[in-house]
Amino acid sequence: MTAVQDRAGTRAAARTRPRRVHPLIVVVVGAVIVVVLTYTLPPFRTYQLATVGAYLCVTAGLTVLTGLNGQLSLGHGALMATGAYTLALWQNRFNLLAVGILLAVLVTTAAGAVIGLAAARLRGPYLAGLTLAVAVVVPSITSTFDETFNSDQGLSVMLNPPPGSVTNEQWQAWLCWGGALLTVLVLALLTRGRFGRDMRAVRDDETAARLAGVSVARTQVWAFVVSAACAGLAGALFAVIAQSVSPGAFPLTLSLFLLMAIVIGGLGRLSGALIGAVLLVALPALAHEIGEAAGSQRLEGNLALTFFGVVLVVVMLAAPGGLASLRLPVKRRTPTR
Amino acid sequence: MDRFVFLTFDGLSRGAVYAAFALALVLIWRAARIVNFAQGAMAVATAYVGYSVADATGSYWLGFVVAIVAGLLLGAAVERVVMRFVDHSSPLNGVVVALGLVLIIQGVLGMIYGNEFRPAAAPFSRDAYELGGVALLSRYDLFVFGAVGAVVVLLTLLFTRTPTGLRMRAAAFAPDVSRLLGVPVGGMLTLGWALAAAVGSLAGLLVIPTELGLHPTAMDIVFISAFTAAVLGGLDSPIGAVLGGLVVGLLLSYISGYLGATVAPMAVLALLVVVLLSRPDGLFARSKARAA
Repeated sequence: MTAVQDRAGTRAAARTRPRRVHPLIVVVVGAVIVVVLTYTLPPFRTYQLATVGAYLCVTAGLTVLTGLNGQLSLGHGALMATGAYTLALWQNRFNLLAVGILLAVLVTTAAGAVIGLAAARLRGPYLAGLTLAVAVVVPSITSTFDETFNSDQGLSVMLNPPPGSVTNEQWQAWLCWGGALLTVLVLALLTRGRFGRDMRAVRDDETAARLAGVSVARTQVWAFVVSAACAGLAGALFAVIAQSVSPGAFPLTLSLFLLMAIVIGGLGRLSGALIGAVLLVALPALAHEIGEAAGSQRLEGNLALTFFGVVLVVVMLAAPGGLASLRLPVKRRTPTR
Repeated sequence: MDRFVFLTFDGLSRGAVYAAFALALVLIWRAARIVNFAQGAMAVATAYVGYSVADATGSYWLGFVVAIVAGLLLGAAVERVVMRFVDHSSPLNGVVVALGLVLIIQGVLGMIYGNEFRPAAAPFSRDAYELGGVALLSRYDLFVFGAVGAVVVLLTLLFTRTPTGLRMRAAAFAPDVSRLLGVPVGGMLTLGWALAAAVGSLAGLLVIPTELGLHPTAMDIVFISAFTAAVLGGLDSPIGAVLGGLVVGLLLSYISGYLGATVAPMAVLALLVVVLLSRPDGLFARSKARAA
C-alpha cells in the first residue's frame, strides 16, 4: 500500500519537476558557449571568463562536500595553494603542463585524504576550527621551508606560449573551462549515483544512514578527497592564469569567499556552484569600479570583503538553504505548498 | 637553562592571553552552543577603537576603557541583531554567520583604517626584569597576569555569587524552565555575549602590542590558538579554558624559542589535530560536548 503511494508520489514529483538533462549534454553545450565567447569577448573579459572557470572547479567540489555531505571546510584555500605550489615547482623544473596539472591534483588529493581522515571524526564547529587552522597555516609553511617555497614572495610559474595563433587569454579560458567542465561532469555523474545518495543520507541523519548500511566515515572521507581533488585542480589553474604563486594569493578570506560562493549559489546544487563562481569574479570587479569612481584605493578590496560578508549573513538568516532554496519567481510554475 | 626559564615565563604570559580569549569562547559556547568564529575580528575592531581614542586623547587608559566598553556593546549588538535570528537546526549555520561577520568587520576596518600594520603601543615596558642574570618577566607581563587574573576572579564571582550569575547559568542550561520561573532568557543571552566580547577585547588589547601591531587580520592566529586552548580544556569548562590557554602558551613559546617563530602556527595545527583526534571531549569536559 505504502509502496504504491510512494510510487504515485514519486511520479507526481517527477511530473512537477523539470526533466533532468543528462550532464554530458550540459557540458557539451557549455563547451560550445565557452568557445564562442572566447572568440567574441575582448581579452580582459576572456581572462575573467577563465577565472570563473578556475573558481568553478573548486566551488563545485565544495558544493558537493558542504551541500551534499554537510561538512564545512575552510581549508579549501589551503588545498588550492597545495595544487598551485605543486604545479609551480613542477613547471619550473620540467615544464610539462599537462603532467603538472595532473600531479597537482594528485598531491592535493593526498593532502585532502589526510585532512579528510581527521575531518570524518569531527562535527560542526570542531571541523570548522580544524580547517580554519589549516587555512591560516599556509604562510607559515611557505616561510619555514623558504628554500622550496620562497616565503612571501612566492614562485613564478614557467609556461610555454599558447600553440598557434591562439591568444594567451583564449588559451587560459579553454584550459580553465576544460578543467571546470570535466569537474562538473565527473561530480554530476558521481553524485547522481549511489555515492550521492550515501552522502545525502549521512548529511541528513548519520544514525539512520549507518543503520541502512552506509559507512559514514568512508563516505565523508571520500567526499573530502573528491572535493580536495577539485580544489587542487583549481589551484593549479590559478597558478597558470596568474603565472605565479604566493601565500598572499591564498589567504583565509579566499576560503571564506568560497564558502560565500556556495552558500549564496545554493548548497548542494552544481548550478549554484556556477552562480557562486561568477559572483566571485563579478563582485570584486564591481567593487573595483566603484572604488575607482570614488577615487579610493582603500575602498576597493574592502568593499568586496564587506559586501561578501553582508551577503553571507543575510542569506544565512533569510534562507539557510541558500538562494537556490528561494525559487526564482520565473521558475515557480507550480505552487510549492 | 636561562633560556628555558625565560621561555617559560614568556609562555605563561602569552598563555594568559589565550586563556582569556578561550574563556570568551567558552562563555558563548555555554550560553548559546555557538563557537564564535568572529571573536578575533570583534576584538580587533574594539582594539582599533581603543587605539583611536588613545591617539586622540593621548591617554592609553582612556582608550583601554573605551575598547572594553566597545566590546560590551559590540557583543550585545551582534547577539541582538544577528545571532538571535540564526536557525540552529544545523550547527553549521551559526559558524557560517560568524564567518560572514568576520568578512564584514575586516572589510569595514580596512576601509576606515587601511590594510597596513599600524604600531600599537604597550602601556608598560616590555623589557624583562633580570634575576641573577636570567631574564624573567617584564612589567608588561605582570600587567597581563594581573588583568587576566582579575577577569577570571570577577567572572567566577559573577557566576557563583550573584543572582545575575545564577540566572545566566539557569538560562543557559534550562532555558524553558528558566523562562517559566521569570528569568529573561533572551536578556541573559545578550549579557553573556556582551561579557564574552568584552573579555575578548581585553585579550586583544593585551596581545596586539606583542604581535606585529594592529591589522584587520591581526587576531587570526591568536583565534586559532585560543580555539585550540578551549578545545584542549573542553569547550564547556572555564577552568579548562584557562589551563588550556596556559598549556598552549607554553608550548608555543618553547617552539618559537627553540625552532623559530614561523613554526609556531604549524605547531598549533598539529596540537589541534592531536587533541581533536585523541581527547575529543577535552581534558575537563563533563558532558558530551562533541555531539553538536
